[in-house]
Amino acid sequence: MKKLSRVYLVLVFIVLYLPILYLIAYSFSQGTTMTNYHGFTWQHYRDLFADPRMLAIVADTLLVALLSSLIATLIGTLGALSIHRTSKRVTRDVLLSLNNILMVSPDVIIGASFLIFFTTLKVPLGFTSVLLSHIAFEIPIVVLMILPRLREMSPSLLCAAADLGATTRQQLNKIIIPFITPGIMAGFFMALTYSLDDFAVTFFVTGNGFSTLSVEIYSRARQGINLEINALSGVMFIFSLLLVGGYYLLQQGNAKRRQRSQEAAQ
Amino acid sequence: MTKRKTCGYFIPYGLWLGLFVIAPVALIVYQSFFSLDHHVTLANYATYFQSGVYLKMTLNSVWYAFLITLFTGLISYPTAYVLRQLKHRQFWLLLVILPTWINILLKAYAFIGIFSQDGVANSFLRFIGIGPQQLLFTNASFIFVATYIQIPFMILPIYNSLADLNPAYINASLDLGATRWQTFYRVIFPLTLPGVKAGVQAVFIPSLSLFMLTRLIGGNKVITLGTAIEEHFLTTMNWGMGSTIGVVLIVAMIIVMQLTNDHSGRSSQ
Repeated sequence: MKKLSRVYLVLVFIVLYLPILYLIAYSFSQGTTMTNYHGFTWQHYRDLFADPRMLAIVADTLLVALLSSLIATLIGTLGALSIHRTSKRVTRDVLLSLNNILMVSPDVIIGASFLIFFTTLKVPLGFTSVLLSHIAFEIPIVVLMILPRLREMSPSLLCAAADLGATTRQQLNKIIIPFITPGIMAGFFMALTYSLDDFAVTFFVTGNGFSTLSVEIYSRARQGINLEINALSGVMFIFSLLLVGGYYLLQQGNAKRRQRSQEAAQ
Repeated sequence: MTKRKTCGYFIPYGLWLGLFVIAPVALIVYQSFFSLDHHVTLANYATYFQSGVYLKMTLNSVWYAFLITLFTGLISYPTAYVLRQLKHRQFWLLLVILPTWINILLKAYAFIGIFSQDGVANSFLRFIGIGPQQLLFTNASFIFVATYIQIPFMILPIYNSLADLNPAYINASLDLGATRWQTFYRVIFPLTLPGVKAGVQAVFIPSLSLFMLTRLIGGNKVITLGTAIEEHFLTTMNWGMGSTIGVVLIVAMIIVMQLTNDHSGRSSQ
């Protein structure tokens, strides 16, 4: 029984990782197709890094991801703070449900409705519309990452601060913000990955002339196999590994800190 | 803290709620009442319900989403169950999450290579004696790739609910003479149903709208609600009809949410 379950697990992991490894393996293959390995080459990586259009798109994608995550983290933090502060249960429930609408909506609905929205407001499709949409769909995840931290915070901390004469601003800067920083960081990371991962919403609101990596991969993949995409996936895989690693270390750090503070409290 | 001083924080978030959550949903409903020549009309809904094409497409899309969810669940539950018993769980869980950080289009693109005429899947079929088949651009390949992409999103919630399960229940059940199988379907499965429901929610709704997969892998043979919306908005520019299908998708989403939301959760609070 135990052996069988191990075999099953190994099989699942093979299925999960085989396509990704296959993709990366062929980025080192000579020739132009993803069939019959033709021998090792760095050629596709050289092509990739010498492709000015691709490099510009990578830069655009990173710019949109970083800028949108920063702004979404800022707005999301303020949102989480105000949701936490509402004393009425009904109001909070309504706010939370509204917050979650974009989390559960299918991408196409978000994309299509944003497209109508931008066209109605005559926002030009391109960098602005993509940036605004990314900020919009990143905010709810930031809120969801910060709220649990706020709930963990004991109200007596704030009472103590107020008793000792801290102003509202001091309470915010010296107590609340430091306490929820791990949540803010996690929210920022999640926002970043949401932005880098998104295809459907961007595809709807991007118009002509502006492109992110996902949209570019889609249009190239529709034309068939191009090993430059494989090289790109190799680079992106390393990048994801670094992001996951960073996120993991962050979480581990949080867990350790929490453990330490619990030990100190005992 | 005075309330007056802090309500300023709400302004940017409130603006976001108004502009990017409420307004777009309202706009998509509003737009669904417009015909191609910008007249207010119910014609889109009439077309949707009267022409068999749209209803058939919707049923088809729901059927495919159901199959994808079913297969994902059948693969994910045992995986989560085995993962739960491992020593370095956190590490293995991270390995489950890692593929979700790879761009979905790259994964779809990988399957274009794998399922191609001389791809690795056909080499395997030749090796076991079945011989090469047309794999790409079939319904089966669409379901396979969609299932592949959704598996981690199903494993995670099921794993979490298994992790929350108190092992004392299992021991009690076994002590009282239940067989392993009885313990599973009388104790473990019912107690982890919230996780399964959350997984269904996370998989079923996106499966209705995976238009990039129907294009890249399904070869336009499978038309999901998402494909139809994309087609109406970006190709035929019939936003009214596209929005009508969008409203149908929103309604489908609400139904799924209602069915999978855990009402029993209230009693445990």
